[in-house]
Amino acid sequence: MELSTEVLLDMHRRMVRIRLFEEAAGKLAEAAKLPGFLHLYVGQEAVAAGVCTTLTDDDQITSTHRGHGHLVAKGGQFNEMMAELMAKSTGYCKGKGGSMHISNLDVGMLGANGIVGAGAPIAVGAGFTNKYKDNGNVAVAFFGDGSTNIGAFHEAANMACALKLPVVFICENNEYGEFTAREKTMAITDIVDRAAGYGMPGVIVDGMDVVAIHEAASEAVARARRGEGPSLVEAKTYRFFNHHGVQNLGLKYRTDDEVAEWRERDPIFSFEARLIEHGTASRDDIDAVWAELRADIETAIQFAEDSPVPTPDQLLIDVYTVMDGSQLIEKGVPA
Amino acid sequence: MSRKLTYGQAFNEAVRQEMAANENVFCAGEDIGAFGGVFGTYAGLQAEFGERRVVDTPISEQAIIGLGVGSAVTGLRPIVDIMFMDFICVAFDQIVNQAAKLKYMFGGAATIPLTISTGGGGGLSAAAQHSQSLEALICHIPGLKVVHPSNPYDMKGLMTSCIREDNPTIMIKHKRLLGMQGEVPEEAYAIPLGQANILRPGNDVTVVGWGRMANEALDAAERLAADGIDVEVIDPRTLQPLDTATIVESVRKTNRVIVVHEAVRFGGLGAEVAAQIQEEAFDYLDAPVGRIAAPFSPVPFSPVLEQHYLPSTTDIEAGIRAIVARGA
Repeated sequence: MELSTEVLLDMHRRMVRIRLFEEAAGKLAEAAKLPGFLHLYVGQEAVAAGVCTTLTDDDQITSTHRGHGHLVAKGGQFNEMMAELMAKSTGYCKGKGGSMHISNLDVGMLGANGIVGAGAPIAVGAGFTNKYKDNGNVAVAFFGDGSTNIGAFHEAANMACALKLPVVFICENNEYGEFTAREKTMAITDIVDRAAGYGMPGVIVDGMDVVAIHEAASEAVARARRGEGPSLVEAKTYRFFNHHGVQNLGLKYRTDDEVAEWRERDPIFSFEARLIEHGTASRDDIDAVWAELRADIETAIQFAEDSPVPTPDQLLIDVYTVMDGSQLIEKGVPA
Repeated sequence: MSRKLTYGQAFNEAVRQEMAANENVFCAGEDIGAFGGVFGTYAGLQAEFGERRVVDTPISEQAIIGLGVGSAVTGLRPIVDIMFMDFICVAFDQIVNQAAKLKYMFGGAATIPLTISTGGGGGLSAAAQHSQSLEALICHIPGLKVVHPSNPYDMKGLMTSCIREDNPTIMIKHKRLLGMQGEVPEEAYAIPLGQANILRPGNDVTVVGWGRMANEALDAAERLAADGIDVEVIDPRTLQPLDTATIVESVRKTNRVIVVHEAVRFGGLGAEVAAQIQEEAFDYLDAPVGRIAAPFSPVPFSPVLEQHYLPSTTDIEAGIRAIVARGA
């Protein structure tokens, strides 16, 4: 490991933050405290942490329906995130977005997205702004293997390359599009094969190895910053839970043995073993990180539970920048 | 002030003046750069502002709108072009689920000062995939504003407002109006969105029509004037938000109203206008609210069939006569 201790510990911390947030969200969902759908990122933490440690707050990311991990890794705070999942007015989206639309523009997170593949074109737009303003920032699109089968991805990848925009495409290949195995939905094994079709470099990395991801992302981001255009990084990873919800074993479309095999390669625990082996951190140091962040999660849950729900008068706010009366007309009230 | 521009030139001038005034304004779309747009509406802009600000894109409508959404939410003020309105269907996710929704979904944190410009309407034998009037689809989506000018003066003022607007706006240019001439001031001016225009005052019957149909309604009104029928023609100009107040005020005066549009009648915006009129002016109506619109059919290719398909001045004239005769 050539990375600095600071970066290594930062990556570890971000992964633990994601894991704890997701596990807490899962428990709250089981207790019926979270309305709506929940798509957990557990198992894929190394990807968000490895990539986002190469970015600044001014760099932008677009995300997916499985977006909590990306926001945590980009600097999202537990309180506002937990409040949003609980649909409280103190949440990042004031309770109007929820898990699938969680976002925080202040840290450059342009939204989780309920539409598969829709984030990539938006990342192209953010990349366009960066080039237009020559601000040195990079836009990163996170997406899954399944979304590379949708037209929006193709259009976005081609346009980003044609316009030579500072965009990095990060494919999290977790081998399943929702509840269907990747090999049933595409004739290729490696998503990275698609990169050549757009004229961009592509690289495969072990998605359970945060260092490998960080190194690959660093190169892609640096290339984009230099004005040399987009790259594709494919991280081979795995989601430990079901497509949505908190079930992980006994699923019809994958075997428990397969889950167990991937869990053996848990991105956090395997990284911790390396940190200890290399003397970067001790077991006690690592335990202290978990303890500290567990306390933060408890605080966030309390914050969210204590927060008010949105009042009905918030319903029509922020449909437009300014209330222009059109909503009133719709209700049959003369404006 | 006697300078005349075409509808298409008025669009071009609004874009040029706003680009000159605001460095964050840029245009992107298919064939709009070197070629100047398939209808010439972007002519000269790339020569003046360069390839950085007038961008030729791939034929990728989803990515074109995504380019607009992503650049708007990160601080630019994009004008993105969808060549034919029919093609918005290719990009509907980015328009309906992204552009229209980001602000609300993000609790107000996002601002999307995006203008989507597109060419709508029939009359060019362009057949079923290049002739539609799909305004009802987009007016149905909270978060979008929809504009459809009927003349060069309104085009420049409304396009200027669209560019300056902080919400996603769809500017529908009627393809058959691109060559229409009219007086247009040289200086920049903005016509507020959401304000209807009374194109012709009258006392006997109100006609509400937009785009090319506003002009057809004016022609019908002139014919009827000879027979002593005094028609008031209202062009909403902005279809979302709709200026219901101006329409209702007119109906309370004339007691008769007919809505005219080029889109198909079933589920067309005329149905919404009619519903709002009966909600707010039911007691003033001397006849049912009339609708003149296209039949429930794709737009045909054959010039003969298309002529039958599109509402004409004669259709509007007959419709008005029927409304006026009713209960007289």
